[in-house]
Amino acid sequence: MSVRVSRRNFLKLGAAGLGASSMAMMGFAPDQALASVRHFKLSGATMTRNVCTYCSVGCGMLLYARGDGGANVIDNIYHVEGDPDHPVSRGSLCPRGAGVLDFIHSPSRVKYPEVREPNTNEWKRISWDEAFDRIARHMKDDRDRNFQTHDDQGRLVNRWMTTSMVAASACTNETAYLTQKITRALGILTLDNQARV
Amino acid sequence: MTNHWVDIRNANVILSMGGNSAEAHPVGFRWVIHAKERSKAILISVDPRYNRTTAVSDIHAWLRTGTDIVWLGGLISYLIENELYNRDYVLAYTDAPLIVREGFDFEDGLFSGYNPDNRTYDRSTWNFELDENGFARTDPTLQHPRCVFQLLRQHYSRYTVEQVENITGMPRKKVLQIWDVIAQTAAPDKTMTILYALGWTQHTVGSQMIRAGAMVQLLLGNMGMPGGGVNALRGHSNIQGLTDIGLLSNLLPGYMNLPSANLQTYQDYMRTRIKQPLLEGEVSYWKFYERFFVSMMKEWYGDVATAENDWCYDWLPKLSAPLYDILYAINQMVRGEMTGAFCQGFNILAAFPNKAKVTEGLSKLKWLVVMDPLKVETGEFWQNHGEFHPVDPSQIATEVFRLPTTCFAEDDGSITNSSRWLQWHHKAAPPPGESRTDTEILAQVMLRIKRLYEEEGGAFPEPILNLAWNYTNPAYPSSEELAKEYNGRALVDLTDPQGNVIRRAGEQLDDFSQLREDGTTACGCWIYSGAFTEKGNMMDRRDNSDPYDVGMTLGWAWAWPMNRRLLYNRASARPDGTPWSQDKAFIWWNGSRWVGADVPDFAVTSPPSEGVGPFILTQTGRGQLFASEWLNEGPFPEHYEPMESPIDRNPLSPDNPLAFHNPIARVFDEDKDDFGSNKEFPYAATTYRLTEHFHFWTTHARLNAIAQPEKFIEISEQLAGELGIAVGERVRVRSKRGYMDAVAVVTKRMVPLEIDGRTVHQIGIPLHWGFKGVARKAHLTNTLTPFVGDGNTQTPEFKSFLVNLEKL
Amino acid sequence: MRGDQINLQDIVARSASPTPSPHVRSGNIQQVAKLIDVSVCIGCKACQVACSEWNDLRDEVGHCHGVYDNPIDLSAESFEVMRFSEYVNEEGDLEWLIRKDNCMHCAEPGCLKACPAPGAIVQYANGIVDFNSEHCIGCGYCRAGCPFDIPRYSEKDNKAYKCTLCSDRVYHGLEPACVKSCPTSAIMFGTKEAMLDYGAKRVASLQERGYENAGIYDPAGVGGTHVVYVLQHADKPEIYSGLPKDPQISPVVEAWKGITKPLMSAVLGLSVLTGFFHYMIKGPKEEPEDDPDPEKAAADRELDRREGDRP
Repeated sequence: MSVRVSRRNFLKLGAAGLGASSMAMMGFAPDQALASVRHFKLSGATMTRNVCTYCSVGCGMLLYARGDGGANVIDNIYHVEGDPDHPVSRGSLCPRGAGVLDFIHSPSRVKYPEVREPNTNEWKRISWDEAFDRIARHMKDDRDRNFQTHDDQGRLVNRWMTTSMVAASACTNETAYLTQKITRALGILTLDNQARV
Repeated sequence: MTNHWVDIRNANVILSMGGNSAEAHPVGFRWVIHAKERSKAILISVDPRYNRTTAVSDIHAWLRTGTDIVWLGGLISYLIENELYNRDYVLAYTDAPLIVREGFDFEDGLFSGYNPDNRTYDRSTWNFELDENGFARTDPTLQHPRCVFQLLRQHYSRYTVEQVENITGMPRKKVLQIWDVIAQTAAPDKTMTILYALGWTQHTVGSQMIRAGAMVQLLLGNMGMPGGGVNALRGHSNIQGLTDIGLLSNLLPGYMNLPSANLQTYQDYMRTRIKQPLLEGEVSYWKFYERFFVSMMKEWYGDVATAENDWCYDWLPKLSAPLYDILYAINQMVRGEMTGAFCQGFNILAAFPNKAKVTEGLSKLKWLVVMDPLKVETGEFWQNHGEFHPVDPSQIATEVFRLPTTCFAEDDGSITNSSRWLQWHHKAAPPPGESRTDTEILAQVMLRIKRLYEEEGGAFPEPILNLAWNYTNPAYPSSEELAKEYNGRALVDLTDPQGNVIRRAGEQLDDFSQLREDGTTACGCWIYSGAFTEKGNMMDRRDNSDPYDVGMTLGWAWAWPMNRRLLYNRASARPDGTPWSQDKAFIWWNGSRWVGADVPDFAVTSPPSEGVGPFILTQTGRGQLFASEWLNEGPFPEHYEPMESPIDRNPLSPDNPLAFHNPIARVFDEDKDDFGSNKEFPYAATTYRLTEHFHFWTTHARLNAIAQPEKFIEISEQLAGELGIAVGERVRVRSKRGYMDAVAVVTKRMVPLEIDGRTVHQIGIPLHWGFKGVARKAHLTNTLTPFVGDGNTQTPEFKSFLVNLEKL
Repeated sequence: MRGDQINLQDIVARSASPTPSPHVRSGNIQQVAKLIDVSVCIGCKACQVACSEWNDLRDEVGHCHGVYDNPIDLSAESFEVMRFSEYVNEEGDLEWLIRKDNCMHCAEPGCLKACPAPGAIVQYANGIVDFNSEHCIGCGYCRAGCPFDIPRYSEKDNKAYKCTLCSDRVYHGLEPACVKSCPTSAIMFGTKEAMLDYGAKRVASLQERGYENAGIYDPAGVGGTHVVYVLQHADKPEIYSGLPKDPQISPVVEAWKGITKPLMSAVLGLSVLTGFFHYMIKGPKEEPEDDPDPEKAAADRELDRREGDRP
């Protein structure tokens, strides 16, 4: 037994004072009263294996992206969960890892190179070329001005002590290696990382 | 970690101290729970707070922050005096029988050689007595009054259980209950693992706390054993890797040291770095230092590095101080001695102590470059953020560049976890906007600097112009190219002693045993050699099988060194090569070679009869209870009070003011007046992180902001009662350096402690939340913390300082 | 998309629907259960975050209330919360009892029995009790009918929500998001039988460690549940942030459902029915107090909202 009633009319009936709940109880339900589970949101996603960026447990992560890598799509990660094959994490993630999607898509992500000029109160968008050129110029100028070939005791030291570098704690080993190679070639000694803070 | 995450499951006792692994490393902590289920392991939680680890522990005790050495020193004495240590292990595998030279002394809280004027030690007496062949003298009976064992015993005899109770605030009954459980792991079939983190590191005596833990493990015979070890739970996803690659002021890749200025020649440098054995027949692996160093220089400078020019040794910058660490950098900025700074994914305004000082330092820079995926506080140090960061931009002349970088999901490469596993990851999507990888940014800057030197000349351009740059796309070295570079390759056909070619010129090396000191191999980071071989990218392997069922997955990713998962694993067998116990069988001698569940940390064909010690990296081949000159405060850990202490003396050396605080803690003149006294700031504070957050990143992630939205502090019901503070009320915490506001969490999990005749209240302060992001805005916690460094690493003392508290 | 595009044909109970759904295909479907072992829970909230992430929920960024609990309570956008309580046991030792609070998926669900909207609440053959929100009229009776006070009403769309036990994941052969994330295996998932067996082992282990009163919480008053707890102190469930000792469906709902509803509702005055519900619904109500009819209340609210949207 089924009476075809649209949802809107169904509510109107109720509003009109007819005991709608009683109607429903008697089987006069709207036709979409079938129930079902939510659509499974990973169908068709591209899955990529990765390692969590937060702590040093190094949990395996599965990143699910919309888009299949085709030329006409910009892939977008929309779900992250643990990698069950990973020997340490076995599919688990902690609350930080479980929420990493909101880090990837944080409204705080920097999107363009910017500069804050001295004594101003704003960010100004610049091109990468301008950023690289200005930074390289600053570095060379300072290095040329302050490079020490010898210390005050006359010993050969070949170092540049007036520019410092702190290195990232979540970058790759490959980036870290390049950082090491570059900083030492420049003569930088004031170099530290986030190992202890 | 000497061991690894999954190996925790093999432990019988787990000591969580100086860390809160459930909170900071929940997924690693799963193996603690596994151990409890699997072998009925006992979890001990010792901490200033009853924390998330404590919630599932079997035994728990509060102790006062900064007093761990007292507790561990008392434990050492307890083990020795009650003969509860593993005597066979101690005799065979530690330096206990070695004799220390005459002149070594300890008196009234100080070791021999202290100079109060420059606050340093002359460490020359902290060494072994050598025979005519240059080998250390020993006394296998352990009776010689100057053998390490007797000196150790004497040193810690002062650490009585009464003194432990008096200084740490832990009731002696509880102390003895825990020590008794720990002592049971001296049995050959029982092991204890120690899980620690920054709760040990971030003190003025942090390095010595860790050493004290290692000494306990040596006495119990738990080093090199499955379910044993001293396990540093590193904080960040790749801070192990950055340390391995040597991104510290004084290091080169693979724990090689940059030379100091007094090593003017290559020969001087090699003489100090090549470590010869101190006992006959031992390996002392650092004797191969030259192979590692020359191969690195060949990778960096290619054909320009030759034997004739000492492999360009003169080009390396030389140090005039032990370290130029973060505290030094900020202090130099404040002094006006710094022009520029690069912050590569490191939010230093939030992460360094004494935020006011950091702000001042950054304000004096000419330029600052911030590379980060997020708009972090450091990039906006010049901007006024109201009460949370009240600065005047018009007064700050620093030029600031903010460069958008990719995050992990948007690049390829490897990161090294706390277990020393290099795990490769793959890019899943493009980054937002114009973000670029860190590698590309660095390469672009370097190429432009190089071009400027080519065009204009300038100061000492040789290392810049000659830096090897053999990348297919010079502006964007790929991760694979860089990984191959740190793995290393043969520059000529390499042959073995019989003349057989083991590697053709240009081929990737199999591991660091193929390195040469004659310039015929190139290798950027010797301990990473083996990561990317002719077989391919070993870091990307995904075989998770565990054939021996001991939690060893040798086919998953790649671990340094040599894909070895458990360091010093030769010590898991008795001197005769049989396992200490069948339950703990791990590596053993099968009659012709060492075999077992792991890659042996030993020459695989060196028979037990040769008696070579298991600790092949040390000069004695043995675990070192006596640190010789390796640490700056002394060869045995000694308790000193935090720089800001809630009591007025060091109860262990009550009459010597020089021994109140760490006598060599690094304090800059500029900061001498920035320490508070317990009269003005009566409460002992400690900072830490929470499981819902990761430093200052996740306050930018909505899901985490929801889970823990707002800054709070934790205080006991007793202190709350005294100050009239109710649950959820707002309070202000003040230190000598500033104040911050927070919500009060009043909890039974914090308790007042009775210390040296007075009641000490402790206050817990999570470090998260700042003035950026999607969580509730707050003052940065490091507004409060003191600018003082550990005596060895210069790590700031974030874990013990003084504050006052008021209700708002 | 609408929620009715897959007809599972294994719905064993529907709210306010005397006509059964087709469910002959439930023959081989095993009952599932989630086990929450409070004794190894570290309260990390991974489950809470994973739940929100999977279900595309982003609740408000709240405040610290002087406790670790956050969000402070369940909401339409927080299907589960961790509840922390500091309990001093008989020996004087402190225990930090941390309980994950979410829908218990009762075998005899009070929400479903109380719900007057046809098909808004269903029970699958595998034991999951799911809200089919498309049909929810937002009356709030489900919350009143729930002995665990779980469902929450959304101001955004006038509908009630709760944990689905990730019915979407389970239907597609996966475990719920919370279960997968749990770092310490405090949350487990499997057939109900497997979970009870596993729970029995955990209880034995706890008893061996000195928790004499350890036990499984699978309350009979609601016919058992598809979310069961392992408790160190099963004799005192109320110390776990008020877990009810002997939860029962309110007799009012039982009466309404069991006798009155199918036969008598057409003839019984609505005011009488409403009187029953007023008797049992406590706390702030979303619908006006003087409104006797749940659908009318919901419809009026909907109309008001749309009026408000007009320029």
